[in-house]
Amino acid sequence: MTDMPDTTTTGNPSHDAPGDVVDDAAGYYREGDPIADTKSPDDQPVERRWSERKFSARMANPAKRRTLSVIVVGTGLAGASAAATLGEAGYQVKTFCYQDSPRRAHSIAAQGGINAAKNYKGDGDSVYRLFYDTVKGGDYRSRESNSYRLAEVSVNIIDQAVAQGVPFAREYGGLLDNRSFGGVQVSRTFYARGQTGQQLLIGAYQALERQVAAGTVETFTRHEMLELVVVDDGSGPRTRGIITRDLVTGAIDTHIADAVVLATGGYGNVYYLSTNAMGSNVTASWRAHRKGAFFGNPCYTQIHPTCIPVSGTHQSKLTLMSESLRNDGRIWVPKDPADVTRDPRDIAEEDRDYYLERIYPSFGNLVPRDIASRQAKNMCDEGRGVGPEVEGVRRGVYLDFADAIARLGRPAIEAKYGNLFDMYTRITAEDPYQTPMRVYPAIHYTMGGLWVDYDLQSNLPGLFVAGEANFSDQGANRLGASALMQGLADGYFVLPNTIRDYLADGPFDTVPDDHPAVVEARASVQERIDHFLTVNGTRSVDSYHRELGNIMWEYCGMERSAEGLRKAIDLIRSLRDDFWRNVKVLGDSESLNQSLEKAGRVADFFELGELMCIDALHRRESCGGHFRAESQTEDGEALRHDDTFAFVSAWEFGGESGARELGTPVLHKEDLVYTAIEMKQRSYK
Amino acid sequence: MTSVATTDLVRGGRSTRTTIALKLTMAVSGLVFVLWVLAHMYGNLKAFAGHDAFDEYAGHLRTMGQPIFPHAGALWIIRAILVVAIVAHVTSAVILWRRAEGARTTRYQVKKNKHSSLSSRTMRWGGLALLLFIAWHLINFSAPRVNVTGGSTADPYDLVVDSFSTWWLTLVYLVAMLALGMHIRHGFWSACQTLGWTSTTRARHRAKSAGIFLAVLIAGGFSLVPIFVLAGVITK
Amino acid sequence: MTLTLKIWRQADAAAEGRLHTYQLDEVSPDMSFLEMLDVLNEQLNAAGEEPVAFDSDCREGICGMCSLMINGEAHGPEVTTTCQLHMRSFADGDTITIEPWRAAPFPVLKDLVVDRSAFDRIIQSGGYISVNTGAAPDAHAIPVPKQNADRAFDMATCIGCGACVAACPNGSASLFVGAKVTHLGELPQGQAERDHRVVNMVAQHDHEGFGGCTNIGECAAACPKEIPLDVISQLNRDLRAAMRHGH
Ligand SMILES: Cc1cc2nc3c(=O)[nH]c(=O)nc-3n(C[C@H](O)[C@H](O)[C@H](O)COP(=O)(O)OP(=O)(O)OC[C@H]3O[C@@H](n4cnc5c(N)ncnc54)[C@H](O)[C@@H]3O)c2cc1C
Ligand code: HEM
Ligand code: HEM
Ligand code: SF4
Ligand code: F3S
Ligand code: FES
Repeated sequence: MTDMPDTTTTGNPSHDAPGDVVDDAAGYYREGDPIADTKSPDDQPVERRWSERKFSARMANPAKRRTLSVIVVGTGLAGASAAATLGEAGYQVKTFCYQDSPRRAHSIAAQGGINAAKNYKGDGDSVYRLFYDTVKGGDYRSRESNSYRLAEVSVNIIDQAVAQGVPFAREYGGLLDNRSFGGVQVSRTFYARGQTGQQLLIGAYQALERQVAAGTVETFTRHEMLELVVVDDGSGPRTRGIITRDLVTGAIDTHIADAVVLATGGYGNVYYLSTNAMGSNVTASWRAHRKGAFFGNPCYTQIHPTCIPVSGTHQSKLTLMSESLRNDGRIWVPKDPADVTRDPRDIAEEDRDYYLERIYPSFGNLVPRDIASRQAKNMCDEGRGVGPEVEGVRRGVYLDFADAIARLGRPAIEAKYGNLFDMYTRITAEDPYQTPMRVYPAIHYTMGGLWVDYDLQSNLPGLFVAGEANFSDQGANRLGASALMQGLADGYFVLPNTIRDYLADGPFDTVPDDHPAVVEARASVQERIDHFLTVNGTRSVDSYHRELGNIMWEYCGMERSAEGLRKAIDLIRSLRDDFWRNVKVLGDSESLNQSLEKAGRVADFFELGELMCIDALHRRESCGGHFRAESQTEDGEALRHDDTFAFVSAWEFGGESGARELGTPVLHKEDLVYTAIEMKQRSYK
Repeated sequence: MTSVATTDLVRGGRSTRTTIALKLTMAVSGLVFVLWVLAHMYGNLKAFAGHDAFDEYAGHLRTMGQPIFPHAGALWIIRAILVVAIVAHVTSAVILWRRAEGARTTRYQVKKNKHSSLSSRTMRWGGLALLLFIAWHLINFSAPRVNVTGGSTADPYDLVVDSFSTWWLTLVYLVAMLALGMHIRHGFWSACQTLGWTSTTRARHRAKSAGIFLAVLIAGGFSLVPIFVLAGVITK
Repeated sequence: MTLTLKIWRQADAAAEGRLHTYQLDEVSPDMSFLEMLDVLNEQLNAAGEEPVAFDSDCREGICGMCSLMINGEAHGPEVTTTCQLHMRSFADGDTITIEPWRAAPFPVLKDLVVDRSAFDRIIQSGGYISVNTGAAPDAHAIPVPKQNADRAFDMATCIGCGACVAACPNGSASLFVGAKVTHLGELPQGQAERDHRVVNMVAQHDHEGFGGCTNIGECAAACPKEIPLDVISQLNRDLRAAMRHGH
């Protein structure tokens, strides 16, 4: 529901003049040279750019391909599809994942569906319309040529998946069914009940395993990438490999290849509680960042309004309830804070505040994700939240189906949402047919990620980034059903076509084990591990992670202010300092040690968290899922500043100063230029 | 049958060398047994028709098929089929048993079975009991023939009546029939499943019911003669 | 609530393991089973004892990473995954025995963590449809009757958790293999490789050291995704067809 029918108004209704803009982040960063994406043929019209690039990208013949090697870290939709396709093309591929099987990557959890501009419904969909919706949904902060390409290859994804045997929903005629998702006006979402991500991932996983059998791909499961190997032999830096830890034996290994692809997913777990999997982490991306790769728009995170609320301090993760529920459920809280503990069924109609319907009469409960989320937080902050009190606040609002059940009958609701209701009952032991559901926003997706050019190559030559781990296609906000599309677009169709241009210069010289770059990378991995095992402090890794998460959620979550963000930066710095001196990790490094794994991940989240806050502080505008208190319209709606912030913030690592202190990060701006689309301000009143 | 995980892929697998091929062997030989016991049980019930009818049936076993087959020829063919079947059935059972033992080298400290019948979990011990029973049964009634009362073994009818007048021998037979019933109860539907005839819930339920029906029919039918002999209804 | 936990502890694959008994207080009925173990681990960590290793990732019942034999039942007493099991399914004062999956092809790596890579090799041996990227016809070129598509979907929901193997008295993975064979066999795209697929997958299954199925049925009862026994019949049938076709 991020994208809505065309009720947008042109231009910015009110904004500061360019000179007025305050640099909140002054002192926290340095500004570097601006960057441009040099691979996108921007002289061409947007619809010609991809064919043009595919044609200009150099090739390697089949015999040569066998001599070229690629490392793919991550086996989610992006990684598995890339590895399978590169394997089919004949490259020697190695893949890595931290789970015990490639099939378990977090893409498996996606429920809703995948978009494609197939126009099978004949309802006027087109590549341009999907492109338009994506850019607008991303609040005009994505790169035009990437978003267009995404829409363009979306149709091939469906063909590929169907041929692999992905059991998409079908109609009685045997043809594929579609639904409309995320509030768009066309029916373009392909789905497999509530398990679309699972089915697509299994398709990609099977393609990957087929290549394993064919001998082109080697998989390393329960292996975590802990460092990137960047070699500079005079001709500039080149990414040549990774250092991994075998999570079972603890062995630290070096893997060298001609190119490295990171497809390691999002970093939502910096908030501790999110809809991400327990092991989702930023380590791979962060290690690359520390080696010189720019991090794009780290503060762009997406918050999903309808997750099952936190039930207590023991909570380890949050579960998403599909966005489709808002089509029939009505959201409310009691008008009187004294009523929050009463049985909702006993609260009279006139004592309920259907706040979304009240504030946004024309969109009501169907406002976009960011708005629904922010208003839910406002209600709870006002003391009108419902459900159990966790750390002093009741964080929940009602999502009520009583009206829908009365109107459509229980069987109709069961048919539509039965499995979601069952899941809700299993987790909360409450029956949503009888009492309203309770929902609350949670971190769900991260639009930010490593900066890449049109080829999906980072500024470090030889390092490619695909899927949620890169920053490029979704802008400041993501439409429902478009992350699966992006992961598979990158992996099946984009990356295999662009990486060949880079590999055409290979194979590169072998990198011996005693190469200084390898020795340094291994030593730093070893040093961190040894440190964690010898601090022998008093606090568990989880307790630090939880506290970091609270800071991030409080100050760098749905609503951000300069004051809060500065405070967060201070809090993070002192907590990080304490973490390094006082964390307690038992066991050894020669066997499976889950606390040790977590310690490394949390250490990187600390550094990322700080950069996110700096990025958020610098971006003094409200856009997409990210609301800055200082940038709102008179009636409290998000206000974007296209004149000052229509750029990508690509952050360069500022180095380390002294004992685990971070240096000042350097900001490189990539201006966003739209040639095929006009920037508009969103409005939902 | 290794006890550690492998890391290699099998190339060029053959359908006939799989565990499922063994299962198919068991299913087919098992169904041959079912047919045999059905016929045999029907024959046994002739005991209710008296001495002559029973002996005539025993005699008929040997003359059937004549003149196409020599005397007792058809019987020998049936015997051959039964011998092949039992060898195949038992060999497959032993291989599968050993595989299963190898697949779980460490037992659970606590294990619940929530959805399976006792019959299904005792197929192997039940089969072993049946094997012992068959061995004894052949010694008892077929060759060399043993009369536990010390009487003559020449007349099949009299041998049956003598045997089942002995309470403990009747008990042995009844226990064996319980084992047989349980074996068939699971074995029949299992054979259907193995042959791939039960790919829907309904077909599965039907096969299960048929298994129970056959089990009761066969084990019950066999048990009548010993019980009625012991009760003194069937006499010399 | 207060619980007594008997948990299998084993230092690594080569070590001997045994059950250790722990006492845990203040367990909330709203906790998931794994959150309960998280709390235990915090307690152990504070006391200087290494936390219990167990697998989990998505914690929403879809990735198949979590496992655990809970009081003799794979994934515990409810028809769901361990991560979706909640402590309200237990009573105050209960003793809960927690063991790893037991199967020779699933060796224990540490405590409650086992190696399930055998499943990946079974998929490698044929659990796919061979189609190179870019070689696919338009998705609407191959209509699939809805009922086949639905059945294929039902069987494709297997999460590869291994509970079927853990529950089967024979340590057989027939339900897992059957689910994949049925999923792909229902679809027109899956026909070309159907015979090869079933033979190779079963051969790999056997090679890994899983037991043969004797149709006991514990697997389907333990399966959190309710994969029915139908798939084993279908598996057998497909193998018989392959045999007839001389594979
Ligand atoms: C609950 C939920 C529902 C969603 N629903 C939808 C939806 O309906 N539609 C939609 O379009 N999108 C949806 N999304 C978003 C979408 O699922 C993800 O953005 C997308 O799947 C990410 O894919 P990926 O391949 O980039 O990464 P992932 O699938 O997250 O894969 C990451 C991979 O990297 C590996 N990895 C990570 N770190 C390391 C390391 N350090 N070393 C080695 N390996 C590593 C992991 O093992 C894993 O294999 C949903 C997301 C969630 C959480
Ligand atoms: C008259 C005797 C017997 C009959 C009628 C009979 C019948 C059957 C049948 C129909 C099956 C099912 C096959 C399948 O699962 O597909 C079966 C299985 C089996 N039988 Fe027998 N059998 C007999 C004797 C024996 C003997 C003597 C043994 C000795 C070891 C034995 C051991 C087994 C075992 C272990 C199974 C495996 C269980 C299974 O596959 O389900 N059976 N039997
Ligand atoms: C109470 C039950 C049974 C009775 C009263 C009974 C009786 C007999 C008799 C009288 C004979 C001798 C026939 C002859 O040689 O003239 C015989 C033979 C035989 N019976 Fe049974 N039987 C019983 C159960 C079974 C069962 C359960 C099985 C198999 C599982 C079985 C298998 C055989 C076989 C294999 C022979 C040998 C046939 C031959 O080759 O001559 N019997 N039985
Ligand atoms: S068949 Fe069921 S129990 Fe077996 S692996 Fe699949 S989901 Fe798990
Ligand atoms: S429990 Fe085992 S024996 Fe077969 S039916 Fe299931 S695999
Ligand atoms: S942790 Fe993913 S299914 Fe349980």
